[in-house]
Amino acid sequence: MTGVSRSVRVDSRLCLGSGMCAAIAPEVFALDGDRARAREDGAEPDERALEAAEICPALAITVHEGTAVIGPRRE
Amino acid sequence: MTADTTTPLAYPFNTADGLQLADAYEHARDQEGLLSVRMPYGEPALLVTRYADARFVLGDQRFSRALAAEHDAPRQSEGRNDRGILSMDPPDHTRLRSLVAKAFTVRAAERLRPQVKEFTAGLLDALEETGAPADLVDGFALPLPVAVICRLLGVPLEDRPRFRIWSDAALSTSSLTAAEAEANREELRVYMAGLIERHREEPQDDLMTALIEARDGGDRLSEEELVDLCVAVLVAGHETTATQIPNFVLTLLDHPDQLALLRARPELIPGAVEELLRFVPLGSGAAHPRYATEDVVVGTTLVRAGTPVLVAAGAANRDAMRFTAPGVLDISREGNQHLGFGHGAHHCLGAPLARLELQEALGGLISRFPGLRLAGDVVWKTEMLVRGPRAMPVAW
Repeated sequence: MTGVSRSVRVDSRLCLGSGMCAAIAPEVFALDGDRARAREDGAEPDERALEAAEICPALAITVHEGTAVIGPRRE
Repeated sequence: MTADTTTPLAYPFNTADGLQLADAYEHARDQEGLLSVRMPYGEPALLVTRYADARFVLGDQRFSRALAAEHDAPRQSEGRNDRGILSMDPPDHTRLRSLVAKAFTVRAAERLRPQVKEFTAGLLDALEETGAPADLVDGFALPLPVAVICRLLGVPLEDRPRFRIWSDAALSTSSLTAAEAEANREELRVYMAGLIERHREEPQDDLMTALIEARDGGDRLSEEELVDLCVAVLVAGHETTATQIPNFVLTLLDHPDQLALLRARPELIPGAVEELLRFVPLGSGAAHPRYATEDVVVGTTLVRAGTPVLVAAGAANRDAMRFTAPGVLDISREGNQHLGFGHGAHHCLGAPLARLELQEALGGLISRFPGLRLAGDVVWKTEMLVRGPRAMPVAW
């Protein structure tokens, strides 16, 4: 950990509502009707949040550390 | 209320030779609670037919796929297959899924669109040259997704006759004994292991090579997982799309007003594909039971820990609580969050690619053949997990 706080964002214009993120990281993501969102009371994004960003079929999830985008990770 | 404890109904409900949704689903959906059903093999299960319940069960980690291996899981054939990514829960499932996910994102699929267009045009050219009548399955619906997944994964196209036999048997619900079914799966795994060795010696620009690197360079999956994952991508990567192409064509021919609308307004094709994914119940029945890891309330039913739950996506896709006029095919429908690709952790990996192939296949067919029509009797697949024509003679 770097001490800089992490956050996740879900781009609702891209989200297809597959439900993958909420299924694999329910403490970080929630489904609102047809679309996913980051939980306001959500846990600090961890490894599973990074995996969710990589698995999202719509690439709608980004994980941020301060001002840097750290997920989805590049190859 | 607690779960229905009356005698379980025999399941699956749908007949193999057609695409109708069995009436029994309508009755089940209108009833309170979950329905108790019994498949030909395994213990009884609870059946989910409503949209909200389906999304809940598929999206909740308290329903486990992996636990099925420890039970006499409900299934259509004697043999059981507890291996593979569809039999895993997070975090194991997530570890494997993240290795293949990049190849199947919306963006990755879009990069393949020109190639899919090219394959489509080539197959349509060949159909025109041969002339009508032609078998839409063998001449178009099957070779298209096979060509796409072979290129993507790194499987030689000329091996199609071999892996088609194994792939067909892998999705069969037929009279194969457990031993025969396992022998078939093993042949397919041996074949794939051979391809993996060849790729190890001569790396290619394909998904198999990327997965080999994840194994050999990163130790992110076992050799067995590598083989099973490649098998899963090959089989799941073509069979369902190959089946839905003729299913969609048949359904549109059955709804001439919608087909005419689509011909007049080809920009409706993406929406039409979503509506057909909702409308056509592909499966002969729900498969892949989820086991409750603790007592969970689904709708108004208390599902006890250790109970298997089957989710009938085709029935949920016709739930009037979610879709207006659910029994009507409406290619202009909006807000179509169907469950055709499932939901949650196991949401179809190949969904973006399948969408794209279905769009290009339908678009190509209806623009090239304005007079497309049936030219004989459809021969239906029987004893398969997915329903659709085995042969479909068409003229144009």
